[in-house]
Amino acid sequence: MTMNGAQIFVESLKKEGVKVIFGLPGGVVLKIFDVLYDYKDPALVLTRHEQGAMHMAEGYAKATGKPGVVLVTSGPGMTNTVTGLADAYMDSVPLVVFTGQVSTSLIGNDAFQEADNVGISRPCTKYNYLVKDVNDLAQTIKEAFYIATTGRPGPVLVDIPKDVSMNQADFNYPEKVYIRGYNPTYEGHKWQIKQAADAILKARRPIFYVGGGTVFSNAFEELKELAELTQIPVDMTLMALGSFPATHPLSLGMLGMHGSYASNMAIHHSDLIMAIGSRFDDRVTGKVSEFAPHAKIIHIDIDPTSIQKIMNVDIPIVGDVKCVLRELNQHLRTSVDGRRKEELKPWWNQIDEWQKKHPLTYKQDKNQKIKPQYLIDRLYQLTRDQSPIVATDVGQHQMWAAQHFKLDHPRTWLTSGGLGTMGFGFPAALGAQRAFPGRLVLAIVGDGSFQMNLQELATAMDYHLPVKIAIVNNGHHGMVRQWQDLFYNSRYSASILSNCPDYVKLADAYGAIGLRATKPDEVDGVIQEALKIDKPVLIDFQVDPQENCYPMIPAGGANNEMILENPPELQKKEKETAGVKKAGNGEKEGVLTA
Amino acid sequence: MEHIISVMVENKFGALSRVAGLFSGRGFNIDSLSVGPTMDPTVSMMTLVTRGDDRIVEQIIKQLNKLIDVIKVTDLTEGAFVARETVLIKISAKGEDRAEALRITDIFRARVIDSTPTTYTIEITGDTNKIEAIINLLKPLGIKDLVRTGRIAIGREEIKTAVQEKGPDKKRLELK
Repeated sequence: MTMNGAQIFVESLKKEGVKVIFGLPGGVVLKIFDVLYDYKDPALVLTRHEQGAMHMAEGYAKATGKPGVVLVTSGPGMTNTVTGLADAYMDSVPLVVFTGQVSTSLIGNDAFQEADNVGISRPCTKYNYLVKDVNDLAQTIKEAFYIATTGRPGPVLVDIPKDVSMNQADFNYPEKVYIRGYNPTYEGHKWQIKQAADAILKARRPIFYVGGGTVFSNAFEELKELAELTQIPVDMTLMALGSFPATHPLSLGMLGMHGSYASNMAIHHSDLIMAIGSRFDDRVTGKVSEFAPHAKIIHIDIDPTSIQKIMNVDIPIVGDVKCVLRELNQHLRTSVDGRRKEELKPWWNQIDEWQKKHPLTYKQDKNQKIKPQYLIDRLYQLTRDQSPIVATDVGQHQMWAAQHFKLDHPRTWLTSGGLGTMGFGFPAALGAQRAFPGRLVLAIVGDGSFQMNLQELATAMDYHLPVKIAIVNNGHHGMVRQWQDLFYNSRYSASILSNCPDYVKLADAYGAIGLRATKPDEVDGVIQEALKIDKPVLIDFQVDPQENCYPMIPAGGANNEMILENPPELQKKEKETAGVKKAGNGEKEGVLTA
Repeated sequence: MEHIISVMVENKFGALSRVAGLFSGRGFNIDSLSVGPTMDPTVSMMTLVTRGDDRIVEQIIKQLNKLIDVIKVTDLTEGAFVARETVLIKISAKGEDRAEALRITDIFRARVIDSTPTTYTIEITGDTNKIEAIINLLKPLGIKDLVRTGRIAIGREEIKTAVQEKGPDKKRLELK
């Protein structure tokens, strides 16, 4: 059947089962938008900025496991997607991003709104295409979805010149793809898996170091079975949160720079690490030469380049986490016996001791400002029965959320890990809400981060996406200020956000609901009120601006060298400022244990 | 250690920049790179000369394999191979130097491919030692211009070369 390029584009997306496209129009993609005008499926979500569209698509993809789809115009439309592409590439998020391009005859002429889209996106995409002939369009779209969603997922960009979207061709959507240079390995090497099983049974201080790959391969059941079979403690990376229940007795929570004391001590003292879909990121290992000095390492990863990149690995297994764990569990099911629990008892005793020694705690004095940890804890306690999807931005609030918001369900944690993109959280929450209209979606954001993409409040209103946005408002780029406190003599160069908008009025201006809490005893009421409103709600939680996030491993430090509290000179300063504010004497302490 | 890596790539626009971009983006060394067509019009062959310790070279090979346009990567240095480079050298040659230039050309089994009253252009093909040697001998005469192809290499047939091929094909995801 003969169609124009724009129709082929939309019909191809239908064949791929695409339900939502996040995008923004412009000159060279008008033909495609014109065709989309007649379709309800796939539906278009018009965002207010292309970066917003990218993070929405990422949020959609992370929450559903399906690829996120974006459609933008050429030139600035495309360049505005670069941060999202780099973010998705670092965090292995499956996206297919369609960009407009000037007509083929104009390419290279510095035409209006022309940019070298494939050149710009090459280092931050898994693969990219420039479609020069409408006859190649359907095949290219098929390949793009195939590459984005298989192997180690990632973003794929397809650049469509204006004339390609107008020209006619026969539409035949291919059934299968074969790309001779791309054959990801799913099943792990059987002998290697057997070796891993043997090592697990011999180890006395073993630990699982679980990463985002577990989420992408949907290996939640397999991981749970493995952990329960072997009684081995589970450390999770920032990207893996939710893949193993945080409240499970075998979970030690997050490890790394702001990980729990027990999780970092455990990995440091372990004699066997099994890395499951994780990549020994510098925020996890700290100083590589001192990382887990006594441990033998098993590494499961679908991307061979992740293995042996940072650490020497004793048992490498290239494969999909789900496939490998399934096979590993088969070995262990027959060989694990009751003695195993007994053998690991000294190890667990040691871990329990670490957990008791330095749990994740905070102190909330009811006459002082809201402690951000208290706020996260209350958000968690008041919403946990609804298993919300939680999106965050990047910075202190992100780490506090990772520490104190206990996620028990997979694909409920949307955060920017590898690239560390401020401005990610709010649009990501909107993408997830678009995928799951009935679910509670929380965006826990910093005041600095939120202001990077707040224009999407209009999108939230347009498409009735009742996300609850909790601004952890400390009037600073908090993590920057924390580093300045610790390493730059508290010289707050460019970290104070002195002119903040009135967030309640801001919400009002967009037609959303704005709420505010300034004291600890207002927190619960405001959260409960927000949960009752079927609209986007922006809550301005004005928190203690000087609070720092601990534990912390200084960049380049070893995992057993955590800073657990403010150093003495900062404590002194903290007391001085607190003394001024303290009015009453009715102290109340809330202590949260990990 | 120096490694000569032969990379079979799809003959598509952008394939070269993907390979070159990989080296610049990840800070890998690249001493020379040469590209040409093969018997199969859809495939090009690149020969890369690079340096690094074992871990870096392992990463280079894995990262090359990860590129979707790359079909096959072979580290020729792991087995027996022959490598050659072609150089065009324009020297000034006047008076008695002309005879000396011809003698050197003869000794190295090089060829004069262009001549003017004051210059010769010499073509030489050989391994790195031979090329360095003739360049050193011609230097005193005055080298006006010099162009090198970069090395190309091929595995020797009688001794099996270590080939790092991409993972097995059989476990590809079944598509709808």
